[in-house]
Amino acid sequence: MTTYYSEEHEWLEVDGDTATLGITKHAAEALGEVVFVELKEAGDTFDKDDEIGVVESVKAASELYAPLAGEIAEANTSLEDNPGSVNEDPEGNAWFYKIKIADVSELESLMDEAAYKAFIA
Amino acid sequence: MTEPQKTPLYDLHVALGGKMVDFAGWLMPVNYALGVAGEHKQCREKAALFDVSHMGQVGLHGEDVAAKLETLCPSAFTTLPSGKSRYTFFTNPEGGIMDDLIVSAADDYMFAVVNASMREQDVAHLKTLDVEVIEIDRSLIAIQGPSAEAVVSAIVPEAAELKFMETGLFDLLGDECRISRLGYTGEDGYEISLPNERAVEITQKFLEHPDLEMAGLGARDSLRLEAGLCLYGNDIDNSTSPVEANLTWAMQKRRREEGGFPGAERIQRELADGPSRRLVGIKPEGRAPARRGVEVADKNGNVIGAISSGGFGPTYGGPVSMGYIAEMFAEPGTEVDLLIRGKAMPATIIKLPFVQQNYKR
Repeated sequence: MTTYYSEEHEWLEVDGDTATLGITKHAAEALGEVVFVELKEAGDTFDKDDEIGVVESVKAASELYAPLAGEIAEANTSLEDNPGSVNEDPEGNAWFYKIKIADVSELESLMDEAAYKAFIA
Repeated sequence: MTEPQKTPLYDLHVALGGKMVDFAGWLMPVNYALGVAGEHKQCREKAALFDVSHMGQVGLHGEDVAAKLETLCPSAFTTLPSGKSRYTFFTNPEGGIMDDLIVSAADDYMFAVVNASMREQDVAHLKTLDVEVIEIDRSLIAIQGPSAEAVVSAIVPEAAELKFMETGLFDLLGDECRISRLGYTGEDGYEISLPNERAVEITQKFLEHPDLEMAGLGARDSLRLEAGLCLYGNDIDNSTSPVEANLTWAMQKRRREEGGFPGAERIQRELADGPSRRLVGIKPEGRAPARRGVEVADKNGNVIGAISSGGFGPTYGGPVSMGYIAEMFAEPGTEVDLLIRGKAMPATIIKLPFVQQNYKR
């Protein structure tokens, strides 16, 4: 499995043409305490840059944009009941979606961990 | 754009981990390591210290200052005893609100604190009066919360004797400082005017108290929102009247009856006939916060108003909002919809505040 990162501060843990998607620790810290998460549903399809969710913190509302095209296989609905988990474990239990990637070649436009670290430095 | 200004506490904020943002031309901390929600709860449960040095402090000197100020504001000042403070606002000729402020009476002068973003406008406005307007270049800190009295009286024991909306000059570690028992959080607390050159030292001295932590603008906003207190530019502005904003209490009876302030015609008409819209508390039923600009609709989908301030209330434990609603829907308990991201989310009109105010009367 390989982890990719987007400029919108999402991480994608990829296994073949499926991936787990969430927001990075850096993004969670910048947002501040998350108080509300709105998710799409399993079966919803999306194109790259489509809005696929909303994360609201005590400071502001932020949209989640799809880093590539695909279909939602599973949404982590536990986030809706416990939005604070996004701050506690953003790169682990507080994943947002399991997705099916439409075109794995789109992964090439994303960053690896080293590139993302440089991006946020 | 001119460079944002720094308050005398700027370096201390940075050293304490404050996340600095440009607010009304000032670099101010939005939060520290504790975070907005943590600082908010700190203030509700113990005590929090806010730097509010960006606000304007103004002295008004001369004969009949109180009577002259009454020509700009609809509150009563000629009857305000020395040592008392009063919330008021400048009204415009259309009966809207130009800014809100706190005015305090001293023996032979008055003292006003105005919003940071309105400093220049307000000072110019006051200078239209035949009084001496002195801008006071001092720092201002607010210590707010149920432990505020313990924190402040540990250094200034006499400050414990002040009651809500009382003010006085006290010896603070060797300097005479104005201390007022008021604030913008819904909690008991003080605002303390400090000499700039001693602001850091005195702030650090207060921070030695175990119940006190720094808090930033983020918590200041969520605290005032839960307490149902208006933010100028959001909940009140040049178009909103004090009657619409439920600020009738700040216009004492003599002033309401006699008029003699800008916009009295509209304000007296609305007092008699009721306003066409009213500022109310709006509680979203779900978890989604409804922020400024979100439209409010009746259950048939007709837009009846809009959110003026909204966010998440850490003490309330859910989203909290305020907004202007057509008068016929303003009754507490009325069910409405909030149009958030194209969806109608149910909400209920409530009587403000969301969290009970806790003043020392």
